[in-house]
Amino acid sequence: MNLSHFIDRRKNPKGKSLGNRQRFLKRARAQIKEAVNKSLRERSLKEIDKGEKISIPSKSTAEPRFRLDPDTGKRHPVHPGNKEFGEGDKIKKPPKGAGRGQGKQASTDGDSEDNFQFTLTQEEFLDIFFEDLELPNLVKRSLKEIKATAWKRAGVTVAGSPSNLNLVRTMRNAHGRRLALRRPSTREMNALKERLFELERIAQPTEEQVAERKAVIAELEAMERRRRWAPFIDPLDVRYNAYEPTPVETTAAVMFCLMDVSGSMGEREKDLAKRFYMLLYLFLKRRYERVEVVFIRHTHHAEEVDEETFFYSRQSGGTVVSTALEKMLEVQTDRFPASEWNIYVAQASDGFTQSGDAKRCVEILEESVMGISQYYAYIEILDERELEVFSSEDSGAELWRAYRGFAPKWPNFAQTRIARPQDIFPVFRELFARNKAEAA
Amino acid sequence: MGETLERNTILFDAADWDFDKLKETYNAIEEIALNDLGLNVYTNQIEIISSEQMLDAYSSHGMPLMYKHWSFGKHFARDQIMYQKGYTGLAYEIVINSDPCISYLMEENTMTMQALVMAHAAFGHNHFFKNNYLFRQWTDAEGILSYLDFAKKYIAKCEDEYGLEEVEAILDAAHALMDQGVFRYNRPPRLSEADRLAKLARRAEHEEMTFNDIWRTLPNVEEDDDEKEERQAEVRNIKLPEENLLYFIEKASPILRPWQRELVRIVRNIAQYFYPQKQTKVMNEGCATFVHHYIMNALYNNGLIGEGAIMEFLHSHSSVVFQPEFDDPRYSGINPYALGFAMMEDIKRICEAPTEEDREWFPDFAGAKDWRGVLKDAWANFRDESFILQYLSPKVMRDFRLFAIADDAKENFVAVSAIHDERGFRRVRERLAAMYDLGVHEANIQVVAADLDGDRILHLRHEMHAGRKLSGKTRDAVVTHIETLWGHEVKLEEKAA
Repeated sequence: MNLSHFIDRRKNPKGKSLGNRQRFLKRARAQIKEAVNKSLRERSLKEIDKGEKISIPSKSTAEPRFRLDPDTGKRHPVHPGNKEFGEGDKIKKPPKGAGRGQGKQASTDGDSEDNFQFTLTQEEFLDIFFEDLELPNLVKRSLKEIKATAWKRAGVTVAGSPSNLNLVRTMRNAHGRRLALRRPSTREMNALKERLFELERIAQPTEEQVAERKAVIAELEAMERRRRWAPFIDPLDVRYNAYEPTPVETTAAVMFCLMDVSGSMGEREKDLAKRFYMLLYLFLKRRYERVEVVFIRHTHHAEEVDEETFFYSRQSGGTVVSTALEKMLEVQTDRFPASEWNIYVAQASDGFTQSGDAKRCVEILEESVMGISQYYAYIEILDERELEVFSSEDSGAELWRAYRGFAPKWPNFAQTRIARPQDIFPVFRELFARNKAEAA
Repeated sequence: MGETLERNTILFDAADWDFDKLKETYNAIEEIALNDLGLNVYTNQIEIISSEQMLDAYSSHGMPLMYKHWSFGKHFARDQIMYQKGYTGLAYEIVINSDPCISYLMEENTMTMQALVMAHAAFGHNHFFKNNYLFRQWTDAEGILSYLDFAKKYIAKCEDEYGLEEVEAILDAAHALMDQGVFRYNRPPRLSEADRLAKLARRAEHEEMTFNDIWRTLPNVEEDDDEKEERQAEVRNIKLPEENLLYFIEKASPILRPWQRELVRIVRNIAQYFYPQKQTKVMNEGCATFVHHYIMNALYNNGLIGEGAIMEFLHSHSSVVFQPEFDDPRYSGINPYALGFAMMEDIKRICEAPTEEDREWFPDFAGAKDWRGVLKDAWANFRDESFILQYLSPKVMRDFRLFAIADDAKENFVAVSAIHDERGFRRVRERLAAMYDLGVHEANIQVVAADLDGDRILHLRHEMHAGRKLSGKTRDAVVTHIETLWGHEVKLEEKAA
């Protein structure tokens, strides 16, 4: 009978093909990036955070082999399922393009000539998406009192908790000490005991043997004493791994997200604004562990809300944009002193506000906000028709014009417009592109 | 066999499996396979894996050990999406031509499926691998796993040493030539794993003895004089035209460094290892299907599996051997499982109950009773092309309603050249056999000249068969890959035979 055996491999480490996958993604990087950007434009708010099925031109990852051209020469294939053909029958070929490849449908094939489809995980998707984006002007490094600490290995100590016992060191010390103190080994003792038993078994020992027996017993006792005196492990030998807290340098930054949710913002505008913030939020969450995000939404009255409310709850009312700025300043003075934090503000609005309020906004910006902010981005959400009307940079709604007037004075101020979902991404890139960060 | 006592107790009656049931069922299957069918197999090693691991194995030629390359990642991504979307199911098993013979069972399979798969892979394929002349002669079942292990480590080391891109460039180019990287006619030099490892070990030892830290970053960057002399002697021995492009390039390329030659050799050895499988799809699958069909029925007849299990088995068996007709949207050529199984069942029938027609067509074995012997002889000594030419019976041609077509690209019609009737049987059979002749379907490209001391241009010739040219879509891309390996101009001409 053959020997055979079963092996359960299910518990083997997963992701054996991870290396291959990384190589593949690297290989098709440019195409994948393009596909990711394209797909993001078409995604809904809730889906933005998910993995994605993308499709890239297969040319970049083609594996060419020599193939015979099916449109040349003579072939003699054999097929099954003859119904009415007889020898010598002639059958007209179907016109080129039609009827070809009827067996396997190209659409389900995944590896058809033009495109290659596969799924990116959420990780990979966002990584690629946010590649080379960065917050501009992250200058005030480590101004804030450093809070984060990490435990670092710091040699060994003689005191510690049992869980940190350094077994190797401990045993090594013990071994050295046992050698130095000449602790009798168990083997030596066993040999002597063996000898003793032998001597005791002798019925009528000679005098010599009696003397030897006594000597052996004395020796054994001495050894026992010595062993007690030099134990196998002594508290002196024990060593523990030591850890000490080390401060970790972090950059303290806060991002204020101000959004207009008033009645003048239709569902479409709100959705656009939310998408923008969602993107911003994902970007920050991914890139900066230590960035605080403050969500402020406003109608004629502003309030600080949590992420969930900000993105998913509805509200409407009149519009007073300056309330949001005031609220933001209030939160900022309260919790994020400018001396310790890098401050970023992103504001989205349809540009309409109570008459006179635009002026007030500019005042607040000029007097306090711009002075303390690293970067201020204003995003105006437009109707598609308005986009045509306001084709020039200078014309626009009240707030746009007001901001336009003061913007040139502040290099850390940016304003831009979004009218369609597909604008969001380029605008986002424009605001946070890495080279911009370097230039500023 | 300890199990004989339990002959009539049913082995399993539920879909769930556990290792005890697997073991018992395996023993029952083994008894039939060895004592009834008289198969001769490598020791079996059966591994249970999850569907993700199955996908993993899929994407790298079904091998448990494979070096890393982006194309495997690409195949994995494609297979994964196809599987998740339900376009394709996963194979129930993968089996590896190695000694011991490794079969993978998926954990999702029901107990009946596990039994089927064990019979199919661990005995059917296993017997075929061990006995078929192509495998015996051209592959090294004992050495393949350690060779792949070596290849994987070697390539990983090269990636560390020379960078991913450098390694990738060579592998990409070599992969493009895998179809032209095999010895078809003369026997290939053995993997000679032992020799190779010994040589590498000697080299490592030498390096250790002459260790000098300054040189450490540059191991084997250039070959020493002995190696060069040895290689050039081999090149002088090559008689042109040479059909194995990878072999020629590996030995004669003017620009490759020793590690790059090693990479080319690895790809070439793997291509050669898979070459017999390409030529025996019908026979290999037919053999495995015949064996699992026989064993499952024997289990049922012995009362070892119940009605439920045999029904489940028949359901999946019949979908495995389903042959859509040419005008069916599901049609994508002849199903090797269907053809192989039908032919082998028919051989059994001809042995046991031959008709007049059979006696005329197969005087050698019609009525020969010992169908086991006849089948085993066929499994051992034929490949698809010769097997069909020798054993395809009129009955199978009738059952499949096979017809042959003459398709000349210059005409706007195709002609039916033969059908499954008295006049056409022989021609249909010849045509069908020719479809399994790789020489007809793969481009036959040979090295015809290369002046290594002169212009160093590599001259290749495509020996055209039946006027079929190379497809322009890939031709230039592959030639570019060859130029990467050759380092100088490559000229490819097409010559009508």
